Amino acid sequence: MISAFFIFNQKGEVLISRLYRTDFKRSIADVFRIQVVSNSDVRSPIITLGSTSFFHVRVNNLYVVAVTKNNANAALVFEFCYRFISIAKSYFGKVDEESVKNNFVLIYELIDEINDFGYPQNSEIDTLKTYITTESIVSSAIAVEESSKITSQATGTTSWRRADVKYKKNEAFVDVVETVNLSMSAKGTVLRADVDGHIQMRAYLSGTPECKFGLNDKLVIDKGGGGGGGGGGGDAVELDDCRFHQCVRLNEFDSTRTISFIPPDGEFELMKYRSTSNVKLPLRIIPTVTEVGTTQVTYIVTVKANFNNKLSATSVVLRIPTPLNTTTVDCKVPNGKAKYVPAENVVVWKIPRLQGGQEITFGATADLTSTTHRQVWARPPIDVDFQVLMFTASGLIVRFLKVFEKSSYHSIKWVRYLTKASGTYQIRF
Amino acid sequence: MSGQHGQDAKFFQRGKIEEFRTELQAAEAKDKKFLKRKIVLKKIVANITMGNDMSPLFTDVVQCLGTPLLEIKKMVYLFLVSYGRSKPDQIHLVIPSFLQDCNDRNPLIRALAIRTMSYIPIPVVTESLSDQLRHCLKDRDPYVRKTAAICVVKVYTAEPRRAEKNGFVELLRDLMLDPNATVVSNAVAALSEIGDRHDGVIFKLNLTIANKLLTALGESSEWGQIYILDCLLRYVPEQHEDAEQMAERVIIQLQHANSAVVLTAIKVLLYLMNYMGDRQTIDYICKKMGPPSVTLLSSGPEVQYVALRNILLIIQRRPAVLKNDVKVFFCKYNDPIYVKLAKLEIMYRLAREENAKEVLAELYEYATEVDIDFVRKAVRSIGRLAIKVEPAADSCIKTLLGLIETKVSYVVPEAIIVIKDIFRRYPGKYEGIIPTLCEHLDALEEPEAKAAMIWIVGQFADKIDNADELLDDLLYTFKEDPVEVQLALLTAAVKLFVYKSQSDATKELVHKVLKWATEEVDNPDLRDRGFMYWRLLAINPAIAGEIVLAEKPAITTDSDRMDRGALDQLLLHTGTLGSIYHKNPETFIRNAAGKALIDSPALNAHSRAVRIPLSRNVTEPTTVTVAGPGPPETHTQKPSPPPIPVDIDTSKPPPPIPTESSPSSESKDLLEMDETTSPDIDDDDAVPSMANDPYSNIDGAFGNYMADEPQPMAAGKGSRRDLDDLLF
Repeated sequence: MISAFFIFNQKGEVLISRLYRTDFKRSIADVFRIQVVSNSDVRSPIITLGSTSFFHVRVNNLYVVAVTKNNANAALVFEFCYRFISIAKSYFGKVDEESVKNNFVLIYELIDEINDFGYPQNSEIDTLKTYITTESIVSSAIAVEESSKITSQATGTTSWRRADVKYKKNEAFVDVVETVNLSMSAKGTVLRADVDGHIQMRAYLSGTPECKFGLNDKLVIDKGGGGGGGGGGGDAVELDDCRFHQCVRLNEFDSTRTISFIPPDGEFELMKYRSTSNVKLPLRIIPTVTEVGTTQVTYIVTVKANFNNKLSATSVVLRIPTPLNTTTVDCKVPNGKAKYVPAENVVVWKIPRLQGGQEITFGATADLTSTTHRQVWARPPIDVDFQVLMFTASGLIVRFLKVFEKSSYHSIKWVRYLTKASGTYQIRF
Repeated sequence: MSGQHGQDAKFFQRGKIEEFRTELQAAEAKDKKFLKRKIVLKKIVANITMGNDMSPLFTDVVQCLGTPLLEIKKMVYLFLVSYGRSKPDQIHLVIPSFLQDCNDRNPLIRALAIRTMSYIPIPVVTESLSDQLRHCLKDRDPYVRKTAAICVVKVYTAEPRRAEKNGFVELLRDLMLDPNATVVSNAVAALSEIGDRHDGVIFKLNLTIANKLLTALGESSEWGQIYILDCLLRYVPEQHEDAEQMAERVIIQLQHANSAVVLTAIKVLLYLMNYMGDRQTIDYICKKMGPPSVTLLSSGPEVQYVALRNILLIIQRRPAVLKNDVKVFFCKYNDPIYVKLAKLEIMYRLAREENAKEVLAELYEYATEVDIDFVRKAVRSIGRLAIKVEPAADSCIKTLLGLIETKVSYVVPEAIIVIKDIFRRYPGKYEGIIPTLCEHLDALEEPEAKAAMIWIVGQFADKIDNADELLDDLLYTFKEDPVEVQLALLTAAVKLFVYKSQSDATKELVHKVLKWATEEVDNPDLRDRGFMYWRLLAINPAIAGEIVLAEKPAITTDSDRMDRGALDQLLLHTGTLGSIYHKNPETFIRNAAGKALIDSPALNAHSRAVRIPLSRNVTEPTTVTVAGPGPPETHTQKPSPPPIPVDIDTSKPPPPIPTESSPSSESKDLLEMDETTSPDIDDDDAVPSMANDPYSNIDGAFGNYMADEPQPMAAGKGSRRDLDDLLF
């Protein structure tokens, strides 16, 4: 199990240091600094020296590090680091050197609570916030009853939710967010296209609400409706795999594919899913890149918005690679702004908005310096980032969200869809 | 609720002991709401963090325990956790306060007290903790009980005999039946750690307890699920049905959002499959495991890496898990390098005739990227693909020639090395490209590539008109060349002579090399080989020809996967460090507990036949390199993994024979096994028959190319004390 937990800044200074076990001294931090922070070529998130292993995750120039001296469960260690980061984000907004330093006492309290002797313990944010706070608490003043409530929640079967939540207006917001992974060959064939989706929920619901959630999941619809909410028709999607938040009853999903749960209060990720069939690609990119002799490269890159013309793509950014010996690039764009960024060897073309069905073309000429030994240009892929609201690349839609609570209040539900790409949508040329 | 942002960064400044002491003393007089003390304590905690020794403030800091603020208490406790151990003569100052807290009405305070006390493992503290802990293990509040369960391991780690004397282990065992799932899972975690100790009690599960734990599984926190799933490997099914029923209940955890839950569930399923009889059930489970394994790749890159290294093992043992999914392993341009390298190996393993074209196109793409290791491995993979998938060989060769044309300094040697193997795999098919290869002779600096090229020149000297000239050129640097290259040159010269014994130039050349090898070189292998050839040629040149140009064993890749028994054993460590390095943990981590499949009537016959029983061998890397008799071939074979530990160091007595591996361990068992008889087992868990193949070594696919293989960095081979002791 985890023997020590550290946070380092970019210079390798220790911002947080907690030893859970006596098999290390604090000086073990120096070893990490030498082996990882000062090493310009770190090629693994895990480094094992003798029996000692360092696991690290980077976040905003910080290193979140766990050290072990046994055959640790590596997935657990990394999940713990991720969880720490998300708790920290929830507590103080962002995780960087400043916020860690500003909250170091609180962080020590948290890591004492969410990990005992190297074993991760309850780390449900909602529950933690009921007893790990930045307010000054007089220890004798905590009502014993209140504490018992906390402890039974922290160890209970719905450790993610307090029982006494009250809202005037009961609302639930569902965000379906899909990331499209695309890899397209220079010939225009799709090498790989799939969707990583997750469903983010913000539940502001009183009491202990019992929720049922329905998607146009092919397996459910083929079975015949699976809980009502209108027939699915032919637009059902095939999900390769789903993974659920701790609150979802997996045995029910396994037997009937119903998604039922008591949600945490506030924001949480209800489920993740993956789909590889019938992926709709919102943007089609057609590049023509020609090397003219050894001194010039010409570009014609066309972007087509392949979706309903009532929708639009926003924050579209194309990163078009240029050879390493490029001196200047002359760009012509009908829409947005294009700029050559020499430090990254790319032309960045930003298009604030692209209407469905629209098609625009970028033209450019890059001038190259002549070099004595001309190395072949590796031609990294064109990378496209974008967002399309109210569109899902997988075709997934939420069919219903039902909320049952014993006071049978009325609740309002909102659904939003977003499809995006960031660093995952790549076109070779 | 929280939300307000702290402003504590200003305390991150180095301070002096004296200043802090004065400030603390000043605070005693007039400290409204204990604000001053809070500030000094924050400064002290910041200084502890920065590595400043604050221990001289011990008596001053513990004074603050008198304040009723929880925040202050927690900071003092943090101070005690850091320095308490080094102050055995002063620690008695805080014990009364601890004891008072242990009996506080507030369960959070009780738990905090025992948790902190058990972090100070010195006899004085442990002594006074013992009574409290016994009560807390039976506390009415589950939060206190779950904290107490972990306290037991802490005490056990510090003073195992005291923990046993106090009956804590039995109390822990009782907690496994606790109504609260969080308590159960912490008790399981504690017992597992104690059970893994070499001096610990043996921790096994019988069917009843295993089923109880499975019931708690659904109610546990995600971490608790991991502890429970993990310990299911301590249950040995006696009947196929038991394994099958358990698998059915574990399988639903594959849908969990936490990747560690998923990987641990996969580990349990892989384990249970060894004890199943029904082929269909096994196929069903394999099919179920596929999609969740792929989904792990949408986690953060670190978890992706863990998943990929494990998938590489899983598909060798259970190819059915991911048969048709090669595309999801294609590299993204911006994947971290460790993810790319791991994906590449999986791509190679999943390559088949149906997908060879796509895979080759991807590999070609990678071979033009910038990271040298990645490019080299991609080039190697192209060559291995040619050997593995015969119908793809033509296009692979074409691609390799294309890559050679780029003249990139690290691409050409890789290509030549793999082409050598392709020649051996398909004799008489591709020799036409030799002239192209010969154009790049000068570009070959690396010994392995140079040796490969020399092998080609020698082997096909009859087809290369100017073979003697080429070889003569290569011989210029003979005396400075590494042994690997010298051996290759020697053999190639002899081959050339066998082919063209009429030519005077050839005669002269072979004579020159033999003379150098036997008279001017110190390496005994080279000298021996030189003498051997010389005598052979002198006594009977015809036979010499038959020997040096004998037919070589065919190269195939039918079986370039790990030995089945070794895989079975390694998969018991799925998700852990061992599975990342593809090494049994006891071979690289001191005091790590090894694992082995335990025999039972339900164990399938094949698994039993290849089973590697546990030898409790203490952490010793088993790599023994003995510069052997006989000339090594151009590449050095790695020791293959069914680890039959060859320990050359005889100074140490052999480890005692463990009593643990036999299922019928007596006395110390926590839980007796169920006595159940089992039905017959028929093994239909067959693996494709393996051809005997010189290349089918360990981490096979890339032969001896281990440069980028993740490895624990062991300290110098000779020293038994590895880095552990140097570091701290």
